[in-house]
Formats: sequence, C-alpha cells, structure tokens
Amino acid sequence: MKFGIVVNEGPYTHQASDSAYNFVKAALAKGHEVSRVFFYHDGVNVGTRLTIPPQDDRQIQEQWSALAKEHELDLVICIAAAQRRGLLDENEAKRQGKDADNIAEGFRISGLGQLIEMGIEADRTITFGD
Amino acid sequence: MSDDEVKKFLYVNRKAPYGTIYAQESLEVVLIGAAFDQDVAMAFLDDGVFQLTKGQDTKGTGLKNFSPTYRALGDYEVTKLYVEQESLDERGLTLDDLQDIQYEDEDDDYAEKPSIIVVSRDQMASLMAEQDVILSF
Amino acid sequence: MATLHTVNRSPFQDQALLSCLRHVKKGDSVLLFEDGVYGAMSGTALSDTVAELGADVSVYALDADVAARGIDSARLLEGVALVDYAGFVDLAANTERTQNWL
Repeated sequence: MKFGIVVNEGPYTHQASDSAYNFVKAALAKGHEVSRVFFYHDGVNVGTRLTIPPQDDRQIQEQWSALAKEHELDLVICIAAAQRRGLLDENEAKRQGKDADNIAEGFRISGLGQLIEMGIEADRTITFGD
Repeated sequence: MSDDEVKKFLYVNRKAPYGTIYAQESLEVVLIGAAFDQDVAMAFLDDGVFQLTKGQDTKGTGLKNFSPTYRALGDYEVTKLYVEQESLDERGLTLDDLQDIQYEDEDDDYAEKPSIIVVSRDQMASLMAEQDVILSF
Repeated sequence: MATLHTVNRSPFQDQALLSCLRHVKKGDSVLLFEDGVYGAMSGTALSDTVAELGADVSVYALDADVAARGIDSARLLEGVALVDYAGFVDLAANTERTQNWL
C-alpha cells in the first residue's frame, strides 16, 4: 500500500513530526511504500540543517535525512510556507537575493501541487498536525 | 485506481481565521488544488464556520484579510462549501452572518448560484464518509 | 467503507475528540495518540461521554503515547485497545480513508 504523509507542525514544539517519523518507519518496516512526506505550515521547519538540539535529545532533522537516504523517501517542503518562515535552498536563496540557504540533505522545496499530487497518487493520506 | 480517475477531495476546516495561520494556508492549498481537476469540496464545521463570516476587517491587526478569497473560489471551480448547521447554531450564527458566496453554473447558462450548502451534522458525517482524500487544516 | 479517525489533542483542551465522535459512522475506528490519549482515560469528567458517543466504533490508543504520559493501562476506558505504530499503520491500511481531527 502507498502512503502519503503530511506534517503540519514544527519540530520540538509539537510531537507531530516525531509521530509522523515513527509512523513512516513502521509503515516501511511492514513493506508499505511511502510515496512522499509533505511538510506544510510550521512543519517546514523540520527541514533546516541549522538546528543544534541538545546532545541528549533526538536529532529530528537528521533522523528524517537518514531515513530518506536509506529508503529514497521524497521529503518535500512547501515553498509558500517555507518562504514565509525562512527556509531556502541554494537556488531560491540566489533567486531571492538572500545571503544564505539552510535546507537539509534529503529535503527538497517544491510547490503545493506536490501535496495534491500525493493525495491523488497515494492509497492513504495521513496528516500529522495540531 | 487508474490515473485518469477523479478522486473526491474534502478540505476540512475546523479552525477560526487569524489567531493561527491554518485557515489561510488551507485556502492556498484549495486554490492550487483546483488546477488538478479533482472532485473538490470544502467542509466548515466547529470554529471553521467563523472563516466565512461577513465584515472581517483586519486593518487594526496588521494581518492580511483573506476573507474575500472565499468569494473567488467559484472562479476556481470550487463550488461546494458545506457548512454545518449545528456548528452555526452553537456559535449563535445564521446563514445571514456569512458572506454571500456564489459561482456561475456553466451548465445552466452561467446562472449565479450559492456555493454555501448548509447541512446537518449527520449529513456532514455522511459527506465525510464518501471521500477518497480528506485533508484537514 | 469504514474510516480511521485520529485525534491527537486532549479533550480537556479542545473539541476535536467530541467533534470526531459526533461524526463517526458505525464500524469506524478512532485512534487516540499524542495528547489525544487523555481522552481514553476512565474516571474523568468526559469518560461517560466518550464511552457513550464511541459505542458504535472501535477505540484505540497508541501505547507509546499512553506510556509516555504515565497512564496505567488499568486507567483506560473499557474497550479501548492499545496499539503500537505498526498497529496504527494496519488501521490506516485496513480502512477506506483516514480523517485526522486536527
């Protein structure tokens, strides 16, 4: 079965990204496919590589990046939500004349159409939010 | 399901506007989603009914007033806005408190028709139970 | 044709659980997780309401979230089944659609 996942809340403030991560891991372990994880609202903040959480805490962004690498997951950060909140990839930073980018490995920035497309293609769409 | 089959999408709105961004960013999804030619409807229940009220004026807050966008949904062929009667009642609202949202029915000589459909809680539950994809914000 | 409903907010904080339970269809499943698991507790001011409104559905609570909040499984409402994340996946796979009550 093909799952599409939406993450609507930011890391550390809300449990949504942790729950989504645990769900995705469990789905993959059962042999399901996760066609895409779409980060929206404050969920886009999961994808910055500049976080420095305390060492005794979980490393949310690194967990996602590692899982994406291992399973070739498509981690998509919504561009409209990302621009509002200061999440940029290299191209976008250049295009907007910003002096830095911050997107983490394994994530890509794309449009809201990717969310709709995921809903069309996936057998089940599950949203983690608040 | 084959690629050319149309899915039933329901966007569920249960949150009031302005206090949080969910209503506004939900609307952005609906507008983008309109380009995908799916069978789209929006549901407004609980505090979501506050999104549709008349007379919103955000000038004093510095926030963007996105309430006129609901009236433009018809241009994007989003023409089914289901509003739950019980949620209106609980909040002391009637249909008169909501914006007049219309669409032009191209199958009926572009006659202007209301987009808002007031349904009971039971009807809302049945509507939800017949969807392929439910996106909540 | 059943639906999996998920609720992740405490019913003492907001209406998501009650609204969910007022929109379920007989035979649906309701999974309580994150702060939603507080809605699965017995002996609260909302227990009877949850039991009554949830009579025609299967109610589940996510074990990791129950444990994280120090809720003894003996404190859960009768009929609430504990599932792990794999069980959450199964519930989503075995129902027709998922509705997340955010």
